[in-house]
Amino acid sequence: MIATQEKEVFDIRELNLWYDTNHALKDIDFPIHEKEVTAIIGPSGCGKSTFIKTLNVMNRTVPGVRIQGEINYRGKNILRPKTDLVELRKQVGMVFQQATPFPKSIYENVAYGPKIHGVHKKSKLNEIVENSLKGVALWEEVKDRLHAPALGLSGGQQQRLCIARALATEPDTILMDEPTSALDPISTMKIEELILELKQKYTIVIVTHNMQQAARVSDKTAFFLMGELIELDETKMLFSNPSDQRTEDYITGRFG
Amino acid sequence: MNSRITNRIATGVFFACAALITLVLAGLLGYILYHGIAIINWDFLTSPSSSFRAGGGIGPQLFNSFYILLITMIITVPLGLGGGIYMAEYAKPGKLTSIIRTSIEVLASLPSIVLGMFGLLVFVNLTGWGYSILSGALTLTIFNLPIMVRECEDAIRAVPRDQREAGLALGTTHWHTIKKVLVPSAFPTILSGAILASGRVFGEAAALLFTAGLTTPRLDFGNWNPFSPDSPLNIFRPAETLAVHIWAVNSEGLIPDARAVADGASAVLIISVLLFNLIARALGRFIHKRLTASK
Repeated sequence: MIATQEKEVFDIRELNLWYDTNHALKDIDFPIHEKEVTAIIGPSGCGKSTFIKTLNVMNRTVPGVRIQGEINYRGKNILRPKTDLVELRKQVGMVFQQATPFPKSIYENVAYGPKIHGVHKKSKLNEIVENSLKGVALWEEVKDRLHAPALGLSGGQQQRLCIARALATEPDTILMDEPTSALDPISTMKIEELILELKQKYTIVIVTHNMQQAARVSDKTAFFLMGELIELDETKMLFSNPSDQRTEDYITGRFG
Repeated sequence: MNSRITNRIATGVFFACAALITLVLAGLLGYILYHGIAIINWDFLTSPSSSFRAGGGIGPQLFNSFYILLITMIITVPLGLGGGIYMAEYAKPGKLTSIIRTSIEVLASLPSIVLGMFGLLVFVNLTGWGYSILSGALTLTIFNLPIMVRECEDAIRAVPRDQREAGLALGTTHWHTIKKVLVPSAFPTILSGAILASGRVFGEAAALLFTAGLTTPRLDFGNWNPFSPDSPLNIFRPAETLAVHIWAVNSEGLIPDARAVADGASAVLIISVLLFNLIARALGRFIHKRLTASK
């Protein structure tokens, strides 16, 4: 198979996570390959959101959380206390379920990340903003009102803006936590097209409630259930010929 | 009893409560404005008060009120913001935090006359500043600070969790997230909170009786050197504010037109406080519109 020759971006070994006494992730082993879309599916509360938030260590500040195991990102275990989270999150961007533009202008939203990471030259910022917005196919829609408030955009535009904002720091991986669950079908379709476009250059991990979406956009799909990784396979294989009975039950709609 | 009738009675009772509040306010406003509005004119607002003869104004008192308010807010807002940020972002649940929170609550519920006595002890006597604008402003800061801290804390907590996470996920440090995301998002709420607090500070009398004093030296409004004793800007001079003036004129005033001066000053005071409220609302709405581009 070609996929196995791909470079691993993340290599997760025996990852365990507790919220107080709740064992939310159990012995997860999970490789994530470069320039692939990896979809994570499973019923509510199965740990899929927790898992994706662990990849950029967002949930370390949750009170009562305990994390064990290894998450090797490009060969380095990011769960070590010494990890530079600022640098990591520059490399591993994230997009949330609710579009979360800052109450600033469209331009300032996109320029926010680069500015924080030390880009101050006006011409360079202009270039980054333009490229990022073009990258999410939003440029044509907003180029005449870059300095208008971002909150004036439609929901779908806001979500694409948030993706552009994540792209602006030049990450190599983008984590998406149910990016379309609050959007209408047309905006959803645009985001899905965008994901297929983006995987030329970026590694993408997407959590989704929607199995059809996983089937449409992803190369690999992982099925989580009650904190366990039940199955991880080529998307086509997983949906056509799941090896685990629970996966089959879930994708055929017997529960969840 | 039939549930429909119960429902009607309940609606009636609640409506009556609301109506009562509105009536009390309308009555109060109407009474004060009715008696005071005829007295207010440019001369009354700008001329100095008189000690014995009729016909004095409230010029210096009005200026003092605004000036003390300004100094108070210059001290309160940064402190309140800092405290609010600490409580919202850094304070971990535990003993220390609960001590701080209790302190803030107790401070907020202290009667202002007690704060006034404290101000007399510390700012007036201990520091040797005497009755002064600075002593008054610092006392008002204590009066105002707990509310400002809570206002700022609530405003920052009200910023959606998603936005905080979005900031962190872009690789920002905590400080950067506070500076660039949380405070700007909370700004409209903080601003209207500050203006509302200004209204309270503007009308406060008890805390100022023994700290800013009951007198105002003869001021030369042409002299803007803050170190000169007759300059309006000097923060070490005594300064009777409008609210204090109303009290003083009513209780120990020797002027024959005390009633008229008190009426006029009360009307000015109430109009100012009303303006603070209206401005706070309008500004809050305006900024919200600017930020969200909603119509």
